[in-house]
Amino acid sequence: MFGNKLQISLYRYNPEEDKFPYMKKYTIDKPEKDIMVLDLLHLLKEDDQSISYRRSCREGVCGSDGMNINGKNGLACITPVSSVIKNNKIELRPLPGLPVIRDLVVDMTEFYAQYEKIKPFLQNETTAPEQERLQSPEDRDKLDGLYECILCACCSTSCPSFWWNPDKFVGPAALLQAYRFLADSRDLKTQERLESLSDPFSVYRCHGIMNCVSVCPKGLNPNKAIGEIKSMLHKNKKDIIVSDGV
Amino acid sequence: MNSIFSNNIKVIEFDSLIVGGGGSGMRASLELAKSGLKTAVVSKVFPTRSHTVSAQGGITCAIASADPNDDWRWHMYDTVKGADFIGDQDAIEYLCSEGPKAVFELEHMGLPFSRFDNGRIYQRPFGGQSKDFGKGGQAARTCAAADRTGHALLHTLYQNNVKEGTNFLNEWFAVDLVKNSKNEVTGVIAFSIENGEVAYLKAQATVLATGGAGRIYASTTNALINTGDGLAMALRSGYPAQDMEMWQFHPTGIYGAGSLVTEGCRGEGGYLINKDGERFMERYAPNVKDLAGRDVVARSMVLEVLEGRGCGENADHIFLKLDHLGADVLNSKLPGICELSRTFAHVDPVYEPIPVVPTCHYMMGGTPTNISGQAFSRNNDKDNLIPGLFSAGEAACVSVHGANRLGGNSLLDLVVFGRATGMHIQNELKSGGGVDSASKDDIDNSLERLNKLNESSKGFDPADVKKELQECMQNYFGVFRRGEFMKKGLDQLNDLKEKVENLYLKDKSSAFNTSRVEAIELQNLFEVAEATAISAYYRTESRGAHARDDYPDRDDENWLCHTVFDPISKSVTKREVNFSPTKVEAFPPKARSY
Repeated sequence: MFGNKLQISLYRYNPEEDKFPYMKKYTIDKPEKDIMVLDLLHLLKEDDQSISYRRSCREGVCGSDGMNINGKNGLACITPVSSVIKNNKIELRPLPGLPVIRDLVVDMTEFYAQYEKIKPFLQNETTAPEQERLQSPEDRDKLDGLYECILCACCSTSCPSFWWNPDKFVGPAALLQAYRFLADSRDLKTQERLESLSDPFSVYRCHGIMNCVSVCPKGLNPNKAIGEIKSMLHKNKKDIIVSDGV
Repeated sequence: MNSIFSNNIKVIEFDSLIVGGGGSGMRASLELAKSGLKTAVVSKVFPTRSHTVSAQGGITCAIASADPNDDWRWHMYDTVKGADFIGDQDAIEYLCSEGPKAVFELEHMGLPFSRFDNGRIYQRPFGGQSKDFGKGGQAARTCAAADRTGHALLHTLYQNNVKEGTNFLNEWFAVDLVKNSKNEVTGVIAFSIENGEVAYLKAQATVLATGGAGRIYASTTNALINTGDGLAMALRSGYPAQDMEMWQFHPTGIYGAGSLVTEGCRGEGGYLINKDGERFMERYAPNVKDLAGRDVVARSMVLEVLEGRGCGENADHIFLKLDHLGADVLNSKLPGICELSRTFAHVDPVYEPIPVVPTCHYMMGGTPTNISGQAFSRNNDKDNLIPGLFSAGEAACVSVHGANRLGGNSLLDLVVFGRATGMHIQNELKSGGGVDSASKDDIDNSLERLNKLNESSKGFDPADVKKELQECMQNYFGVFRRGEFMKKGLDQLNDLKEKVENLYLKDKSSAFNTSRVEAIELQNLFEVAEATAISAYYRTESRGAHARDDYPDRDDENWLCHTVFDPISKSVTKREVNFSPTKVEAFPPKARSY
């Protein structure tokens, strides 16, 4: 499938040794069967202990190993080498736009801060019943495509608006979660949530570039969720103007 | 790298410290953060990357949604039987009776459970479930959020910890417990993976919530991070481990990849077939067939393969058939499974069966605790509480799973006992409980292992040693065990010990040095593997997940007991099983058939 050899170009940076990051080339015998990009990194690390990357579940549910693979963000553990290889070459870089700690490991502080900013927890101050709060299957269906996010940051770090304003634009991942709670029939803070998103940056920096949709390893659609939030914001604004007029 | 001593490291002080950011750790921390105690979770990964995230099928609990007449006592009966009668009945009673409260709390926190038409939480059938104490047929008792229940649960707990202002030390690695001269636990030595800074995290209460250690085996459904760190720290500090021979092999790990395929597949109507297309579980468990206990199904699969009826070119696996359920059911109830099998088995379950093999999945054993999460050691055949030390979840052995855990009971274990541990610590600390400070020497003792590794100039390659360890456990301590083979395994472990104690850490750098983490994890794996091997050799009967072909029968006369491994003498003793629940009569042992 690959010829005899596979050439991997890997982003290397160790802050204690390197003034600047650099791309290091590794050549290995082509694996006998198709393996995942994460397995490829394991092979390299067996020979070079110093290579650093995050990993945990190795099956695409924990979101640890988001990285830039031949130019596109994705999860190393569920990306088969055969699906990304070009001319027997594969280039691995850290997720773009965030500070690099070492090699493929980025500092996700800003990404998590945006997540926390949208208050990612159900808010319902009414006295809880002894059993569960009821929710119809139809209302529950509204959360599909939203709650499954694994916080891998592939989407937000592929978004030019997030690169430009990582402190002010909430970014696709956290906006997806903002909508997850707006869409939940059990959450009662819709108004407060909308108000906190109504400034010119939080949501409106999204220009529908759609990189988030094309890279999401879980097949989610943050762009659609952002569209829904924008509609709610417009409607909310109209409602306020109408009620002011009365 | 220079040695690190107590006088040049930072001390960070908390009331309570949770080691591990999975389900049990974050349920405990939530309880403690709400109480106003200064609480921190130290986790080697960002909490939502913990292995709880991989749990699929659900959380088993008698919330009486699928069946309004469901009863926690029936759940208790199933759990006692599933455990092959060495689960502690006071703990199982607590698990099953407190369960509904804990599950409803999760729902109130926002967990997006799937729903029935009446708006209540969706429940599906899982293995080993019955109505009316085994007399009323199959029950449907596993509450689910599609087949992503663990993900939904873990994210919900993280979100609520954010809400309550829990302190998180994310990507910090706990190395060893710090004990004072009275043998009390006073916190841990840990380092920041990001920059290598070492600190003494001092606490009045330390909770080990570090999950399982499936990575002692070559083939496992467990995440790469499941290396038994907390249990190993306790063992190194001289504290015991209970029931370590009991490892669950899940019937359906994806052949070749190890990824889990939920039992919920069989709950929704899927079944296993051999190379002749025969639904062979009808022969082994005529009543409940594919929904027998996991140990029973796993052994049946291995027997099919051994007798030449395995599937594939090498006749070495089994097929899980789902296509007859139809695309609609698969896409709505099992979407994650469809995704996983396309990625890792290259088959679409809508059209083709999934190749599966029994794969190491769950550690029933662990640090022994009571139902409040208090860890204990053994002294003159009596439980002896260890001040300052607690454990919950898979790392602990409370013991609700006994010799075999039922599907869906691990998530319930996490929240029920994480919560109970949090409540207990809160009461204890608010009523003046706590531990004495550790001396400089005590702290230096706990820095020894890290220093030795950091100063290594030669020695063994961690990657090689890890492979050897995993192969050894896989070969000699797998689904079927035999004395003479286990003896070989024990000899090999003995040789490995020297290597594990003399690893060479080539990369000594500070910033995100994952090879340092992996070397310490390997030492942790070894501790757990050794406890497993010695305990397995000791128990000369077959019970639950522990199947010996040289002792094929259950022997209640001699072995209706826990095993307790003492890490100092490397020996095993017996401990009585609790048969004293408070609200119901105890369930006496009887033959276990499905």
